[in-house]
Amino acid sequence: MTDGPAHSAGRARILGRVRRALADVPRYERPEDHPVPRDYLRAHGERTPAESVDLLAARLTDYRAVVHRTDPPGLPALLAELLRRRGAHRVVVPVGLPDGWLAEAAVEQVVDTAELTARALDAVDSVVTGCALAIAETGTLVLDAGPDQGRRRITLVPDHHLCVVRAPGQVVDSVPRALERLSPVRPLTWISGPSATSDIELDRVEGVHGPRTLEVVLVESPEPPS
Amino acid sequence: MSRTYLGMPAFPRAAAESTRDGTLRANLRHATHTIRAKRAAAVAELEDWERLRAAGAAVKDRTLHHLDHYLPLLEENVTRAGGTVHWAADADEANRIVTDLVRATGEREVVKVKSMVTQETGLNAALEEAGIRAYETDLAELIVQLGDDLPSHILVPAIHRGRREIRDVFRDRMADWGRPAPEGLTDRPADLAEAARLHLREKFLRCKVGISGANFMVAETGTLVVVESEGNGRMCLTLPETLISVVGIEKTVPTWRDLEIYLQLLPRSSTAERMNPYTSMWTGTTDEDGPRDFHLVLLDNGRTDTLADEVGRQALRCIRCSACLNVCPVYERAGGHAYGSPYPGPIGAILTPQLRGLASPLEESLPFASSLCGACYEVCPVAIDIPEVLVHLRERVVEGGPVTVGGNRTVIRPAKRHALERAAMRAAGWAFDHPAALRRAQRLAARTRRVHPRRLPGPGRAWSDTRELPEVPEESFRDWWARTRGERP
Ligand code: SF4
Repeated sequence: MTDGPAHSAGRARILGRVRRALADVPRYERPEDHPVPRDYLRAHGERTPAESVDLLAARLTDYRAVVHRTDPPGLPALLAELLRRRGAHRVVVPVGLPDGWLAEAAVEQVVDTAELTARALDAVDSVVTGCALAIAETGTLVLDAGPDQGRRRITLVPDHHLCVVRAPGQVVDSVPRALERLSPVRPLTWISGPSATSDIELDRVEGVHGPRTLEVVLVESPEPPS
Repeated sequence: MSRTYLGMPAFPRAAAESTRDGTLRANLRHATHTIRAKRAAAVAELEDWERLRAAGAAVKDRTLHHLDHYLPLLEENVTRAGGTVHWAADADEANRIVTDLVRATGEREVVKVKSMVTQETGLNAALEEAGIRAYETDLAELIVQLGDDLPSHILVPAIHRGRREIRDVFRDRMADWGRPAPEGLTDRPADLAEAARLHLREKFLRCKVGISGANFMVAETGTLVVVESEGNGRMCLTLPETLISVVGIEKTVPTWRDLEIYLQLLPRSSTAERMNPYTSMWTGTTDEDGPRDFHLVLLDNGRTDTLADEVGRQALRCIRCSACLNVCPVYERAGGHAYGSPYPGPIGAILTPQLRGLASPLEESLPFASSLCGACYEVCPVAIDIPEVLVHLRERVVEGGPVTVGGNRTVIRPAKRHALERAAMRAAGWAFDHPAALRRAQRLAARTRRVHPRRLPGPGRAWSDTRELPEVPEESFRDWWARTRGERP
């Protein structure tokens, strides 16, 4: 369809209109010649890595994610406990979920594969994933469909999402710092709290279509010596 | 069936509606004032807000001034990433392209994410004509669609509906569209949201075609961005096999890095959040994750005509945050429907007349639907000088002059005086039951007259011609409209 005559006619017409509309822009002006002031901040405030992790925890909580903190050895027991409390029996996991994360959990693991349909996903209780990074200032988790995160749909259809953030390594301060580290080639999902709507008389209701419960586990490794 | 804006204004509908007006106004007032305060706090948190705002405006200006460079670049990168790009010069073309694409899949139903651009083109009606059912999946859009209604606010399109009305709409209409509302549905927002979740989930799991808009398109990477709250966007963007995104050409930004500006400006300015619950970004297609086929329909539909106006083109910077609606005294009185397009409030007052041309009394009246108080400019995250454009468009209406319509430059004649006065009066109608606002507006109009020394009719002139302010009883804009247009109340 890209090469059809209708396609090129529409394209030529619109681009022609654009050019005529911009008759006042000097011919020699290149896009970069149009100034863009970039004196805004790369991050808001100076923080130690530990402070950034604290801020992330606070901001996540602020948007009604449930935050837990542990160290690497404590992770399997904590995940097992959280799934038990939730009453989760069937848990979907990405293919590359690190060995051992669910070693202590008494659940049936459903591995994310291309054959796993949306309907099948609708029948699982929880999903456990890692993330690409987390943004402290905004309380945001970013998933990039990496091996420990899986396809976008697995963190969408189940009603309960347990997301593990490795701190402080995966924690960045701000939106600009996050974009520097992300690749646009990968499909990205930014998550800030459970899904919500204020469409009915502006009353905030948690959880419409995405997971109604978002639990975040911050796994804190000792800071590397600087 | 979905209603369209064609043939608007048709304000007076049923008698039931006039009783709703009280609710409408109360809801709007509550909504706009709540969001306003929260937004101010979210913005105050960023000490560099003004710098972000300046950068946001500048990046959009750079893009607009070089759209002939960025659009082909965007096309190239979307195509390289596995997407297919289509170009639609107007609404009919866009609807035809989308209809053909859906037909080619053999499917008869689609799920849709809230998209103002497809409201602008009247896509749902076009699909319906082709025997394709479009399901709106945004909660507010669902309320609007089930209630056979029109959206009235950019961000909260069903703001004019109270919870009891929503319960009734769900109870009475859901069954016609799929899974019925649960027995004994209450009017608690959480229960209503749950009913919507159940009703829509079935469609998400079943539908093989999704239709969306986009908030941003990155030219250098071919990435599209959708910002949302409920997760219905993620459903439509990732579960279907075919995704069709219809996007206005002005949504382009040059670089990946530019997103760092808008992803700070938009959520804070729009929902007063540090970040909205979900943002999706995708570049073409990805093996085994999300749709196999991705189509991007680039829409002009009056945008290049708007671009041709050196003063008016700044309206194309708009990132649809709706902050200007929430501070606008005219919007608060008139409600979203009065603007006769999917774009209500101050942005609608400058965008609609430019997208459609000054084609009818409605478009001619819109630039007068303002007291020029300037609050919209103050809050606009991309610094669109809405009052400047309003005054510019008023001048065009009054004095005539060059405009571009459908890509052709023409000269429009001055509006006839009586038509003009009527237009101004229509837009000003809301003020007659608000003498204080009126006085303030007159002062402002007088001030502006100095800047534009020739004739500036508009509310100022119309009002000053009225020797005595009529003693009008509490009357809504709609009622007033109905009465003065002599239509059935
Ligand atoms: S004109 Fe400005 S304030 Fe109004 S919706 Fe657009 S970006 Fe927001």
